[in-house]
Formats: sequence, C-alpha cells, structure tokens
Amino acid sequence: MPMTITEKILARHAGLESVAPGDLVEARVDLAFAHDFTAPIAIQVFRQIGAPKVFDRRRVALVADHFVPNKDIASAEQAKLMREFAREQDLELYYEVGEAGIGHVLLPEQGLVVPGQLVIGADSHTCAYGALGAFSTGVGSTDFAAVMATGETWLRVPPTIRVEFTGTLRPLVGGKDLILRLIGEIGVEGALYAALEFCGDVVGKLSMPHRFAMANMAIEAGAKNGIIAPDETTKAYVKGRARWEPLWLASDAGAKYEKVITIDATDLEPQVAFPPSPANVRPVSEAKGIALDQVFIGSCTNGWLEDLRDAAKILKGRKKAKGLRLIVIPASPTILKDATREGLVETFLEAGAVVGPPCCGPCLGGHMGILASGERALATTNRNFVGRMGHPKSEVYLCNPSVAAASAVLGRIGSPEEL
Amino acid sequence: MKYEGRAWKFGDDVDTDMIIAARYCNVSDGAALAKHVFADGRPEFASSVSAGDVVVGGRNFGCGSSREHAPIAIRAAGVPLIIAKSFARIFYRNAFNIGLPLLESAEAVDDIRDGDRLAVDLAAGRIENLTRGKSYSTRPIPPFMEQLIRQGGLVEYIRKEKLAAR
Repeated sequence: MPMTITEKILARHAGLESVAPGDLVEARVDLAFAHDFTAPIAIQVFRQIGAPKVFDRRRVALVADHFVPNKDIASAEQAKLMREFAREQDLELYYEVGEAGIGHVLLPEQGLVVPGQLVIGADSHTCAYGALGAFSTGVGSTDFAAVMATGETWLRVPPTIRVEFTGTLRPLVGGKDLILRLIGEIGVEGALYAALEFCGDVVGKLSMPHRFAMANMAIEAGAKNGIIAPDETTKAYVKGRARWEPLWLASDAGAKYEKVITIDATDLEPQVAFPPSPANVRPVSEAKGIALDQVFIGSCTNGWLEDLRDAAKILKGRKKAKGLRLIVIPASPTILKDATREGLVETFLEAGAVVGPPCCGPCLGGHMGILASGERALATTNRNFVGRMGHPKSEVYLCNPSVAAASAVLGRIGSPEEL
Repeated sequence: MKYEGRAWKFGDDVDTDMIIAARYCNVSDGAALAKHVFADGRPEFASSVSAGDVVVGGRNFGCGSSREHAPIAIRAAGVPLIIAKSFARIFYRNAFNIGLPLLESAEAVDDIRDGDRLAVDLAAGRIENLTRGKSYSTRPIPPFMEQLIRQGGLVEYIRKEKLAAR
C-alpha cells in the first residue's frame, strides 16, 4: 500500500508493515525532548508513574532554554529541579546555560535529530524537526513523562495535507513567508490533527534554516507535524553531524492525501501576521506605517545563523530608529560564536541593538524584552496571541528577519526596499 | 459522573496563553496556577468561578503551546469538564491525560449563553441547559480516551497497562 513519509515513519516505529490515517499506534520514540518550562511537571509525573530510570539515558534530552539564565527565584527552582533530575538519571543530553541554546535549534545543530526518526517533545514547536524528514510532534508534560518511563507513546496516524509551493521566490522572501502565507490561507485550525507535507520546486531550493522555520510553524495551523522529505540539502546538513543513523524516506507515488494545496510563490511579498493570530496575515505592503516600540530577532523559528546574516545585511552601516528597542538573540552558543566571528554581532551593536544570550527570550513573554501596556513589537517569532510577549494590551506582529531589521531602522513596519 | 454549574462562554481559538500566560508558569502547582487562569482573556474568571462550573469554547479550543499548565489550571479552578466545538490536538491529549474530560458539541456551544446553568451527565454524554430547558447530544468520547478517564488519567494507565506487564 502506498504511504506518505509520515505514515512510513509511524509504521516503522510501531513495528507494522503499514498504517493508515485514523489508526491508533503505540510507537517507539527515538528522542524525547523537554525544557525548563515543561520538564518540571513531567518529572513530578514521572515520579508518580514510579519508574526508577528513564528508558534510555542517551535518548532523553533536557535543555534549559525558556526562563534561563534564571529570570526569578521560582524559575530558578524549576531549572534546579530539571538539573537535579538530569544528574540523578545520568542523562547524556542535558544542556546547561552556556552550552544550551533553544532546543529546537540546538538538537538538529548537534546532530541529535536525523531523518526518519520519531521525536516527541514537551513543546509545541517540536514539529520543527520535520524539516529533516523526521516525524516529530509536541505533547504535554504527562505524555512526556510516560515517554521517559516507557520509550513509547500512543499516536493517532494523521491524514496528510500536501502543500506544493511552485514558482520562483523574490529576494528577501523565504520559508517564514511561505508558512505565514499558508497559515493565512488555511487558518489556525486548517490542518488540525493532520500532517503538513511541504514540497515543490520552491521548497527544494530552500536552505535548512528556511525549512526549519516552515516545519516549526506547522503547529500554528493546528497540525500534528510538518514534514519535508529529505533531499541533497538535507544530506549535506546531516553529514558530519548525525549522531544516529539516518533513514532516507519519501512519500510513495500514489500515497493518499486528505487534500492537496498548491501555492504559486512567484510574486509573494514578505508576509506580516497581525495580532492576535498567526493566521491574520497580510503582505508587508499593507502593513507599512505601523509604528513600533520594539523589534525582536531570534526564537526557534528565526534565530539561526542565516537569519542573523539576513538581518545584518540590512543593518550594516545603519542605525535603529531613535527610541525603538532592537533585541537580537542568537538561538545557540555555536550560532553566537559564528555570528561574533563573522562580525554580525558588531554590526548589531553598531546599529544600536542589544544582543542577548541564547534562549527563548521575550518570544513567550518570559524575559529579556517584555512589553508594557499599549506597546507594539515586530518579531521573527511564531505566535502573536493576546499578551504573548507581555501586557495583555500590548501587540505582536510576526515577520521574517529582513523585514524585522528594515523595520527597526524605519521605526515602523516596512520592507527592506524602502531603505 | 454528573456535574452542575454555570457556563462560562468563550469564543473560537482560545489559546493557551489566554488560558494561562507564560509569566505565571514559573510554578507548576495547580492551586497557584488556578489563581491566574484566563487572566488575559477574562480577568474576573479566577475569582468568580465555582466548583462544577463548565467552560464552553468554540472551535480549536486550547490552541498554541503544549503547556500542561493550561488544563491543570482549569481543573484546579474547580472546572470538571470543557465543552467546545473542537479542541486543539495537544490540549486534547493533555486534558484526557490528567483526567479532565472534553466534550464536543457544536449544537450545545451554539445554544448555550454565558451564565446559563448546565447539568452534565458524562457517562450518558448528555448536556442539559437548565436555564433554557434544553438538552444537547455530544460526540461520543473515543474508546481509548474513555479508558484513560476510567483509569484516572495516563499515569494510572501506564502504571497498570505498561509497567506492570514488564
């Protein structure tokens, strides 16, 4: 029976010849990931379950990335709980401040996620790893605790929606714009419970960071996972860093899709999502003139080195607008090192930005850039819900790194072409 | 299991940030989280909600983050179940995993007004609107979810069905 790549990965991990949408399977988990925000509850639940040890000390990754470096005493206690658990269980993949970055960037970068794997994360943006051709999805803390105890999880096989991006992209338009454009079309529940499989010439030409941004935001359409079949770009990325044996899978010709969506990306402008929904998307030309208090470049969606390069190209020799706060947070220590070496950090500092330590930062209203009432931010992040980045009466707009950088200079939302 | 209480009506796409903002999630204790439940969407909720009250949402309830703090906060506020037209995927798993049942009924959601008195018989899958003298049917809870609720959540299921077998 022809299967999609998502179905193939699930079948293999459930020890089955084939699976079909709607099947409930018990699947083996290759890698389990949680962070300082979700691990504490999972650890409490793990104790209640009563398993003495995690299923495999090499396959449970705990990364301090949300409220670290500790933002207050309560957060410090949560981070401590996770640290002590990692020590007690002798976890190989525990990442402390200094070696930790945002988990969703750090794990692929360190070669801990490879094509064909099944990854479960106690974080909704775990779907990002689908960019490598892995099946990865987010769960809550209780599900995660059960995975730590058993190395398995139950999953309903999702139907797949195939999204083909055709045409040729304009400069300064990338993965972030493609995914925003799609969410704008199908809405925040447009892919509820489904797999989103991205393909087409446009996707084939994208570099890995752009692909990660797309898979990362599959959840914003309600999807269970986002996935891109591995190709030469994937192989080149994985080569030299993979810590596990990759499995090179692709959807069969004749695989069944719930729906096929085709988007011609030829004339696509950079996209901006207006508050309070990632589906509230308009081209940047219709967002021009919206005044800003803060611009944030970073997050698991757009904190990659390539994103920082895109932003630095625009900011080189320019200054951020007076009175506006520009915050740049590289997603991992390696990215911060490379950005320093390449002179990007200097460019940001010369432009008047503050550069923060690798972490989730203000994306979810944690710390390092919380908004006051009435303030408005433009961010390269993934969510713009009410109160997401601070006060319930603040606003967040979403965009790609080039638009964020240009807007920081303009002091209002605008496109790089205006500079 | 039968419950009676006031309906708290919400719209479509209620996200987890609205249920419990990240700034309150530096703790994981249910009672502490319940103090801030719906702080950004409906500030009066946490102080006025009574045990047995029912949260009624539209489509895609619980979208966004995977934070289990969201269903924990709602349950700790005394809410025994949620009725909505549909639920976001991770929230759906989380709620059943912690033993908080979710009922899907577009008919009920369209008809119920904020403040109505509801009586819910979970086993029978029946929602009665005492204010309007109406009753609504719900989509049956999937067998696996029913098993989870019967066992008291995923923890007990894993203990009994998985680890005991090893």
